[in-house]
Amino acid sequence: MLNQNPIWKYVLVVFVLSMCTLYALPNLYGEDHAVQISSGKTSTVSPQMIADVEASMREANIAFKAVEFKNDQLLVRLNDSDTQLLAREHLHDAFSDNFIVAMNLAPDTPDWLEALNAAPMKLGLDLRGGIHFLMEVDMKSAVSKAFEDTIDDFQTQLRQESLRYRAVSQAGDFIEISFRDPQVLEDAQFFLRNNYRNMLFSERDALTLRASFTDARLSEIKDYAVKQNITIIRSRVNQLGVAEPLVQKQGSERIVVQLPGIQDSTLAREILNATATLDFRLVDQTNDVRDAVNGRIPASSQLNFDRNGQPILLRKQVMLQGSHIIDANSSTDENGFPQVNISLDSKGGSKMSNATKDNIGKPMATVFIEYKSTGERDSEDKLIFEKHEEVINVATIQARLGNSFRITGIDNAKEARDLSLLLRAGALIAPIQIVEERTVGPSLGAENVKLGMQAIIYGLIAVLAFMLIYYRAFGLVANIGLVVNLIMIVGIMSMIPGATLTLPGMAGIVLTVGMAVDANVLIFERIREEIREGRSPQQAIHFGYDNAFSTILDANITTFIAGMILFAVGTGPIKGFSITLMIGIATSMFTAIIVSRVIVNMIWGGKRVKSLMI
Amino acid sequence: MKFQLLRLDKPVDFMRFRLPALIFSTLLIFASVASLAVNQLNWGLDFTGGTEIQVAYPDGANLTQVRTDLADANFPEAIVQNFGSSQDVLIRIAPRDDLPKDEIGGMVVEALSAKNATVLVQSISFVGPSIGEELTEQGGLAMLVALICILLYVAMRFEYRFALGSVSALLHDVLITLGMFSIFKLEFDLTVLAALLAVIGYSLNDTIVVSDRIRENFRKIRKGTPLEIVNISLTQTLNRTIITSLTTILVLVALFYKGGELIHGFATALLFGVFIGTYSSVYIASAVALALGVSKEDLIPEEVEKEGEDLESI
Repeated sequence: MLNQNPIWKYVLVVFVLSMCTLYALPNLYGEDHAVQISSGKTSTVSPQMIADVEASMREANIAFKAVEFKNDQLLVRLNDSDTQLLAREHLHDAFSDNFIVAMNLAPDTPDWLEALNAAPMKLGLDLRGGIHFLMEVDMKSAVSKAFEDTIDDFQTQLRQESLRYRAVSQAGDFIEISFRDPQVLEDAQFFLRNNYRNMLFSERDALTLRASFTDARLSEIKDYAVKQNITIIRSRVNQLGVAEPLVQKQGSERIVVQLPGIQDSTLAREILNATATLDFRLVDQTNDVRDAVNGRIPASSQLNFDRNGQPILLRKQVMLQGSHIIDANSSTDENGFPQVNISLDSKGGSKMSNATKDNIGKPMATVFIEYKSTGERDSEDKLIFEKHEEVINVATIQARLGNSFRITGIDNAKEARDLSLLLRAGALIAPIQIVEERTVGPSLGAENVKLGMQAIIYGLIAVLAFMLIYYRAFGLVANIGLVVNLIMIVGIMSMIPGATLTLPGMAGIVLTVGMAVDANVLIFERIREEIREGRSPQQAIHFGYDNAFSTILDANITTFIAGMILFAVGTGPIKGFSITLMIGIATSMFTAIIVSRVIVNMIWGGKRVKSLMI
Repeated sequence: MKFQLLRLDKPVDFMRFRLPALIFSTLLIFASVASLAVNQLNWGLDFTGGTEIQVAYPDGANLTQVRTDLADANFPEAIVQNFGSSQDVLIRIAPRDDLPKDEIGGMVVEALSAKNATVLVQSISFVGPSIGEELTEQGGLAMLVALICILLYVAMRFEYRFALGSVSALLHDVLITLGMFSIFKLEFDLTVLAALLAVIGYSLNDTIVVSDRIRENFRKIRKGTPLEIVNISLTQTLNRTIITSLTTILVLVALFYKGGELIHGFATALLFGVFIGTYSSVYIASAVALALGVSKEDLIPEEVEKEGEDLESI
């Protein structure tokens, strides 16, 4: 007999449906406004803290739903966004010294669902509010920093090998090393070639050797700059206290930063954008500062100024770079002056120890380096950054320094705090420029969710009504398919870890609702045609589904191609739209071809049917 | 009671209006291209770069006041308009050379809240000028790649004449939708670009269904000129074409009226695209395939045995 379901089809439909329903379920439970407290640098959150937090909340008279410990975080669930703000302020005051306090939306998923790893769909910033930054790394600075480092390296290496050079300097895209003796040049070239395989060497003349970066090395430098900046931005974002931030590379020189729940864009950009770092250098005591001011600066030194504009002559060679700093905090010294205590990583420690051991009793300068935009743009419309160096402190090296030491001479306590925050989070390896920013307030986000839901519901009702009236019993089947389709889209969106629902994504769902019935329309029209051609109802159903299949496949694959291209090329909102569109195409094919067929067979299959309600 | 839109027992001679349709389409395309050349597109923030600030005044917004406030704060060129409701205001400021571009949003908010403390910031968007240029390039590229991929797929699955037919229909749809946005000076933003690609998808859906039927009929119907077969196929798929357009239009109307201001452009582009796409799959895709001389021989499968099977089942 025609039109009976093989067992595997039942199994497949039941399995897929129950999986999707299960994973779509958490979306029904909604989310609580919450404040989360997570471990800081020095302290870890423990379940024992629950009582403290509860007591503290009661003391401040702030109503809360629950305090729980989950994934190494404390979560304080609250009733609404107003108390959330109050609670954050209160908890921030009480706990932010040692912990990171951030606002969050905590899904109210029941435990048994959570045990299955089910979680609601992630909402994009346009639906939940927050700040989106797109930042561009200034590659010119990254490359020129690499030049400086390499020049430093060359000098040290050549000196160690006793290859006497006159000068090493940057000349355009090259590093030029000049010698007094052509033979030394030959030796140096041999030595450098062997040690710097990622550089190209050539002789400009008999006494000058030229070195340049290979293309591979250049792209490596750029890649490194982006990666390093990402790491640093991440740690700064953690300092800001953001729940579920996203910091990601986009393209070759850009970084996307998404901070859900954050409203204060000025503060966020100040912290993210700051490019301060420290260098430690020896003061050049062998030459006279006054000569330098008059323009005679020795090749190995450079002229810097302190805060009061006083000139100081420093050695070019850097004793230690800020990148070795792993921790910094501010305090006051014996005399009540602000100071910053610095801890170094082991490499930095041994560098510092080596650099200071022969220089005890000599003055060492702490140079504060900041990249500031000049406000001007180059031919490619990129901001031009300038390096500002300022000596913040000169101190005599009292002893051989190791992994930790302190710097003093800072103006006030706030500056010490800011400096320690920046140092702790690390310095950006190259300055960044914000090329795109989108801030969405939480009320607008909620409004967008409401609008999107309304559009989906009205659209769905209209289509359901139309199909029921037009195709009657078969319309009902199509409608069941359509609802199943929606559940599947939500379920799959919730299952895919990277998928985020955005407003255009919701538009994509609406569009899918309208277009998903197409497959059923194709089949039903086909069945009607078969009936008109005089086939029996059973045959009409059979041939209707069979003949429509290849058409449905072709039509959907081509739309899917368009969706894939949207996904590949598009960013942000477009990606959100293309994801729901593609998922919708896949699920609507499944529901139209398999689910509706199973239902149709269950109703009409395997028995005598005189006429079809179609 | 059984509903059927159209009961057509005899094939409708769609192709009789081939020539008028061709003239109509050509006129539309000319108008679109002319308008695109003269008016260009009203590019949105995503493409031009600049700053857009959406604020709400719970007690109702006074646009004139907002404009004066902004002029006082050194933003006389700001475009101020209502957005959705009388409380919501959208402020647009083009990139300026005398101010740090990415800080304009903060400055505007500061200036506005200094004048009226009730103002609520709904959103601030800043897009750098380089991003806009890149997007335009990417968008164009996406369109092109999509068309080429579709051309290849259809050529592989059907025949190159159908492929050329459907791609010219798609080009036709995209051009005329763009033209409409240009003529009516509607804002063209990222969501509209997405809608345009969805239009491609939709129109193609229609075209494929029709082409599929034409192919099937070429194999099934022994007699009949290609023209007649195209007409028969179009008639057979007409009900489906109309119903699918209808359900799609239903949801798009819901989106247009209920989806809010941000989705308006998207819904508009798609609504228009559905009409033009339906029309083009009938009059452009099939007509082009026909004009290129699609014939029975091109579509009949080579295996003789299979034909025999076909005959038996009929």
